[in-house]
Amino acid sequence: MAAKTKSKPTAEFADAPINASLTNEDKIELLRKMVRIRRFEQTSLKHYQGDKIGGFLHLYIGQESVAVGSISLLGENDHVITAYRDHGHALAVGMNMDECMAELFGKATGCSKGKGGSMHYFAPDKNYWGGHGIVGGQTPLGAGLAFALKYKGLKGCCLCYLGDGAINQGAFHESLNLAALWDLPVIYIIENNGYSMGTSQARSSAYPEGGLAQRAEAYNMAWDKIEGVSVYEIRAGVQKAVERAHEESKPSIIEIMTYRHKGHSVADANAEKYRTKEEIQKYMQEHDPIDFWKSTLLEEGVITEDDYKKMNKEAGDEANAAAEFAEKSPFPDESEIFDDIYWEVDNNTEAGRTGRHFFHK
Amino acid sequence: MPREITYREALREGLDEELAHDDNVIIIGEEVAEYNGAYKVTEGLWKKWGDKRLIDAPISEAGFIGMGIGASMLGIRPVMELMFYSFAYVAFDQMMNNAATCRYMSGGLTHCPIVVRGPANGGTNVGATHSHTPENIFANMPGLKVVSPSDPHDVKGLIKSAIRDNDPVYFMESTVLYGMTGEVPSNDELDDGELIVPIGKAKVKKEGTDISLIAHGRAVVTSLLAAEILAEKYDINAEVLDLRSIRPIDEAAIMETVRKTHRAIYIEENKPFCGVGAQISSMIMEQAFDDLDAPVLRITSADAPAFYSPPIEKLQLPTAEEIVERALTIC
Repeated sequence: MAAKTKSKPTAEFADAPINASLTNEDKIELLRKMVRIRRFEQTSLKHYQGDKIGGFLHLYIGQESVAVGSISLLGENDHVITAYRDHGHALAVGMNMDECMAELFGKATGCSKGKGGSMHYFAPDKNYWGGHGIVGGQTPLGAGLAFALKYKGLKGCCLCYLGDGAINQGAFHESLNLAALWDLPVIYIIENNGYSMGTSQARSSAYPEGGLAQRAEAYNMAWDKIEGVSVYEIRAGVQKAVERAHEESKPSIIEIMTYRHKGHSVADANAEKYRTKEEIQKYMQEHDPIDFWKSTLLEEGVITEDDYKKMNKEAGDEANAAAEFAEKSPFPDESEIFDDIYWEVDNNTEAGRTGRHFFHK
Repeated sequence: MPREITYREALREGLDEELAHDDNVIIIGEEVAEYNGAYKVTEGLWKKWGDKRLIDAPISEAGFIGMGIGASMLGIRPVMELMFYSFAYVAFDQMMNNAATCRYMSGGLTHCPIVVRGPANGGTNVGATHSHTPENIFANMPGLKVVSPSDPHDVKGLIKSAIRDNDPVYFMESTVLYGMTGEVPSNDELDDGELIVPIGKAKVKKEGTDISLIAHGRAVVTSLLAAEILAEKYDINAEVLDLRSIRPIDEAAIMETVRKTHRAIYIEENKPFCGVGAQISSMIMEQAFDDLDAPVLRITSADAPAFYSPPIEKLQLPTAEEIVERALTIC
């Protein structure tokens, strides 16, 4: 069973100032981003099953509103770091489908030149610092990005995403203590999809009545728990934490209730065993964030059904074109193996030329 | 009269100069600021530089080292002190995964200019948990640099290079060496106005012709003592080469001394299995086999956890007598 039965999604947060200021174009753009993520993920699944993609593939389908809603709040000095389910955040910060798909295909044109794969997307030019494979391992780094912003006197924050399984890692608790102790402008967003791989929240976490984020109280830190179906609700909730970070340089934990339609990864053979088919169906039918936002925009008269169909088709075409781009791209050259290990070697500095750095052969 | 200062003072001078050299350099660690450093390495720096640059961390090595890695991605240059390098093991994921591999996995889009420094030595009767020597473990990981200076001159010059380096440098000291004095020129005596020792350069500490004693860290001091005994008692002229950096390594200097003396022993306070000496002896065998008149020997700490009982722990570490004894078997 999922951790909590979600309340019926409503558009009650539409009136929050941060949402009231959205133009129709902004709202359409939010929908387009979510649809693009879903089409990207569906296309990558197809090619994973077609043996074009190696390793793991952790799909974001069902959780699109979390990355798109929260990242839509960010400005020039705001930064993002996440775990291994990172495709949605990558597209939300503005990375393009071609570089993301090519990375999955292990091609030289991938965002990490084929060296990182699905779990390790990076785009520092878009304030996006990965893409981290070890559960919870990115949480001290998120505190560090916030530390750097504060040190430099910049008014910014770091959104550091983690799953509900990561909250039991020691590094996360150490990070919470540091963030609260030193007033770091970091916002930990727990994307609570109910399961740490195949183990439900009830079987993996001890937590207070208010939920996982309430653990923040132990660190004298602000927290909130919000439903993740509505982009309005996510934006309204996360905005408060962003303001707290910007204005008071204080950290927060925001728990966002969401659901992944697919398994932990595509290799998760038990995705329909540790959860019932009925549960999965219920979330897909009643709590799909794209359906919800689409209905909201239809009700508001911002889009028509035809607009949506067109958007959906465009996103599908874009994902297919990205797969074609990835397929046609070359694999990395073998000579790439020893690049990007040491900055000093890559930049042929005196330090990089001094002493033997590599020991193979 | 050349200036003589302690290893601890030299290290502090290096840190102080780099705090002055670059506003983005900060020092983080347990007891580094108000307490003045568990070993007084950072004594006086908090008073001089204040809360912004000298930061007392809670006992959270994974947290504050991971935080430093994240901050370095945005241009901060954190120098993080481990009270004992043994405590690196609680920060292992941060030090091995995040610091070492983010550059690679991002296709070169990130880099990690951090220094993690602290004492990595046994011999002080603090038991196995506080006596680890992980230089071989970290040097095993491409993307990391490992440095182990053996005297006041080099600890100053190398810490400055480490802080200016744009890759993660793991800087391993020795509590036994902190009080050691040695010549360290003041900046006004130097043509460049400052003391820099490049990472990746070994140093011949004593010239010799009959056998090469190659070592790093405190084992260099032990090797120098052994060389004196070999000269006085046995008329054997040993050359002592201080590796200083373990990765990158000064391969040319190693081969040069082996080709000169035709005999080599690697001495280290590390454990033997896949120790630094294992790597060095393999390199010598591959590249200078025909120059050797005897097998390359290795002298390490005993292959056991550190013994608490002081007289027994002493027996676990390489001694000058042991080096002499082993040298005589191949000379």
